[in-house]
Amino acid sequence: MSFWRKYIFSTDHKIIGIQFLFVSLFFLLVGGLLAMQIRWQLGFPGKPMPGGGLLPETMAVDRVILPEYYIQLVSMHGTFMVFFAIMPLLVGVYANFLIPLKIGAHDMAFPRINMASFWLALLAGLIMTASFFVPNGPIRSGWTNYAPLAARPDLSGVTVGQMLWCVSIVVLGLSSVLGSLNYITTVINHRAPGMTWFRMPLSVWALFITAILGVLALPVLQGAAIMLLFDNILGTHFFDPAAGGQAILWQHLFWFFGHPEVYILILPAMGMVSDIIANGSRKPIFGYHSMVFAIVGIAFLGWIVWGHHMFMSGMNPTLGSTFMVSTLLIAVPSAIKVFNWLGTMWRGNLRFHVPMLNAIGFVSMFTIGGLSGIFMAATPVDIPLHDTQFIVAHIHYVLFGGSLFALFAAITYWYPKMFGRVMNEGIGKVHFFLTFIFYNMTFFPMHIIGMGGQMRRIYDPTIYDFLKPQQPLNVFISYSAFALFAVQILFAFNFLWSLKFGKKAPQNPWDDNGMEWSLPNPAPHGNWERTPNVYRGPYEFSAPEAGDKDFLPQYLKLPTDRDPVPAPLSAGH
Amino acid sequence: MTHATQALDQMRPPYPAEPGAGVYSNKLGMWVFLASDVMFFTALIGSYIVLRFGAPGEWAKPGAVLNVPLTAVNTFLLICSSVSMVKAYAAIQDGKKYFLRPVPGKLLRDGGLKFWLLVTMICGAAFVSVQVVEYIKLVGHGFTPAGFREGSLLAEHAAGDPIKYGATVAGLYGSTFFTMTGFHGFHVTCGVISMTYLYFTKVLPEKYSPQDYRGIEVIGLYWHFVDLVWIILFTIVYLI
Amino acid sequence: MRWWLPDAGSTFAGPIDGLFLAILIITGIALVLVEAGIVTFVIRYRGRPGRKAFYTHGSTRAEVIWTAIPAVTMVALGLISNHYWVLIKDKKSVPANAYHLGVHAKQFEWQVTYPGADEKLGTSDDFTVRNQLHVIVNQPVAVELTSEDVIHSFFVPEWRLKQDAVPGMHITAWFEATKTGEYELGCAELCGMGHYKMRARVFVHTPDEYKAWVAQQAAGGSE
Repeated sequence: MSFWRKYIFSTDHKIIGIQFLFVSLFFLLVGGLLAMQIRWQLGFPGKPMPGGGLLPETMAVDRVILPEYYIQLVSMHGTFMVFFAIMPLLVGVYANFLIPLKIGAHDMAFPRINMASFWLALLAGLIMTASFFVPNGPIRSGWTNYAPLAARPDLSGVTVGQMLWCVSIVVLGLSSVLGSLNYITTVINHRAPGMTWFRMPLSVWALFITAILGVLALPVLQGAAIMLLFDNILGTHFFDPAAGGQAILWQHLFWFFGHPEVYILILPAMGMVSDIIANGSRKPIFGYHSMVFAIVGIAFLGWIVWGHHMFMSGMNPTLGSTFMVSTLLIAVPSAIKVFNWLGTMWRGNLRFHVPMLNAIGFVSMFTIGGLSGIFMAATPVDIPLHDTQFIVAHIHYVLFGGSLFALFAAITYWYPKMFGRVMNEGIGKVHFFLTFIFYNMTFFPMHIIGMGGQMRRIYDPTIYDFLKPQQPLNVFISYSAFALFAVQILFAFNFLWSLKFGKKAPQNPWDDNGMEWSLPNPAPHGNWERTPNVYRGPYEFSAPEAGDKDFLPQYLKLPTDRDPVPAPLSAGH
Repeated sequence: MTHATQALDQMRPPYPAEPGAGVYSNKLGMWVFLASDVMFFTALIGSYIVLRFGAPGEWAKPGAVLNVPLTAVNTFLLICSSVSMVKAYAAIQDGKKYFLRPVPGKLLRDGGLKFWLLVTMICGAAFVSVQVVEYIKLVGHGFTPAGFREGSLLAEHAAGDPIKYGATVAGLYGSTFFTMTGFHGFHVTCGVISMTYLYFTKVLPEKYSPQDYRGIEVIGLYWHFVDLVWIILFTIVYLI
Repeated sequence: MRWWLPDAGSTFAGPIDGLFLAILIITGIALVLVEAGIVTFVIRYRGRPGRKAFYTHGSTRAEVIWTAIPAVTMVALGLISNHYWVLIKDKKSVPANAYHLGVHAKQFEWQVTYPGADEKLGTSDDFTVRNQLHVIVNQPVAVELTSEDVIHSFFVPEWRLKQDAVPGMHITAWFEATKTGEYELGCAELCGMGHYKMRARVFVHTPDEYKAWVAQQAAGGSE
């Protein structure tokens, strides 16, 4: 096969996963650079920014960030991080890479549609990036892009950038739907003999349920983005109260998508963390069935909580009551998961490899993020907290403390399977500890300044007398954020350097049970020559049958095992 | 073994697997895709319902702005195309890969896959064409996505009888009409293009057989979905 | 340096702050349990040669307990919260004797309309002031929120009061200030490039101070 067919226009799910990895890590970097500028302005409002001279006059004058650029930074930081970093890193990379490997399939059900899904995602990312280079620049209305501001170029000042945002989202939605239908079909129809539903690893369960969420939620966002685009370019009036449209309609549509979206952003992380914690504890996952039901429960409840983003929106207060109930209830399955992770570690024989450290960090930080959500779920308490930095703290505890730590774990864990080498353990440990420390120093104080009343998306908090006393915390947060960003160089270096110079990986570097570890590193095209058989569940660590080993892979046939009976094929086979 | 189960076996993944959905992958994939399309139209149609019933003024009366009789004929055309789609599906299940074949003792010849799929494509293309012509006429008359164009004939009529024409909420009427029917038309067009592609690459070279007619079944599912959406749209946009 | 919620300045602050504290205690306990659990397990069960992990797939009893306790806690929290939510946001909760003001939000200012001497909004003696909100202490006030252009949000931290102002909607938000003094009103919904400076000064007066201010406005004064 030519280089182009093998590495660029590949239909191999593993290559597609790696393509998503490189592109998404790039967008993660972009999102981080945008965040650095935001933190400069918030910590040192109106002061000339180092590097500000690189920015054009429309963004910064005499190296001082302009108010209109500030809200563009905030809007695009969120947009890039949610849509082009975290979502593709969790789903585009790991659904693609792991699902066929972990269920014993040769590839996805629809390899060419899979390839299309990647190229559409890349196209969407390029369209979104282009919005920085058009007249009036990218959107200014937050990643949530509320109408009517987003529907009125005369009020927002944004013209082409808004159209590009909408088009990019529609294209990304298509990429997501195509990917999801692949993941769903593959998990349902392509599991190897013996891989029953309740022998699937939790990472696969989580990615499967996430795909169902994606296939049903993204189209709603596409519809909303189209309506917003038409309000901008065709003169339609969906969100225009003057013509009878409804301003809040955008919020309902966006958050009906948006809430399942945030579960898309956390469930795969939870699934992969489960795999890694079981491995690191050398014990089966505690409460496997409960964990599955918790994933399903979170996904189901996730459809009926969207109004908790809109408690202050002017919608009927009775809706506030109903959404509060469903929102408080969704805390329960998440709590169940945290307790089960703890139960897994309890009486384990813990190995603190880099993925395990990051996975433990995930549990610890996600707990904070989840608990902080309870404050906002209680509607009266949401009144002072809504649209303040308290929400920003919550978002970042679940998305960074949660998803990103899980990604550090997952990238390290499956790196050998992807690239045939291991990442450096020492650098990985230093990266974890420094990231953990600076991360908490950056985001924990945001709870406090949010309580104090600092609103979201404001260019200069010191304009308000009641916010001036908190400014020292803003400075502290900014310095911590700069340090946090700087520390990521360790991860980037480790990732890139190990591609060429990392130690060659043994076949099963983590002594894990997953099907993927029966293959060489990196795994070949088509994965297995003959469809493998599956003999047991995914977490048989320290099982008595394992003898003096403390793991027992799913693919290993013991003398006492019998081959599973596959579904009957036609006579021709 | 019946045609159906024989076909099902052949359309499995060509290697051993756990019993899955009992539905071969292409069909399962299309069902999942249709579920996503349901959500897309739900967003558009749901917004229409919310906007219409929350509108601060009277909605236009049926038939005031839109041509209901012509669209009814068009709807009938689309329903006929679903019938011909079913006939195409039945034809290939029975191995009738041909176009037309004389039947001894009968006046009408028997249609095979090539005939019935072509009928479906033509009806689908005709539907879209009629819609496009309608759009051009509506816009010429003054009905646009933004409402009634100032100075147009329609705006004049509406000024004369604002209740009948729903003049106060004409902007919403235009926005919802063109967006919903436009995206439906886009879906029909995609269907016709897909069918044309299959027709030339698979149907004419007789690549489908009673043992494997996945493409026909899958495009058929899509086509029936698009027809169903139209029936809903026709009812709530034109008739009510 | 502020470490806590702003000083309480309205009748809502008591219940809201109380609820905040209750949630802080509950979540604090949960947090301490989880984090202490992690730290304990990390130390106690660290891998050492010769040790084996305890092979178990879980415990149904544990699942039931740690499902039931959070579920019951959340339901209780919901019931208590809803009681106050209805009191604060329900239309029927606006006190009959509330003093009505009009607040019209627009890019990037707050236009406050006062009812004038006849204390009725919508009459000819109403007057409008930009970016200044004057209210009477210990007197329920109902703000009739409207917006000229995009969504803004009316936010006074000391009153624990926040309500979006939505174009095309007329929303009533009520409160009763309990402390005289000067405060600030900020916009809490991104409304464009001037969002950050959409600030108004807020004055809570004694009844006499307020009457004097109204009289001054009627006489054409500008303060």
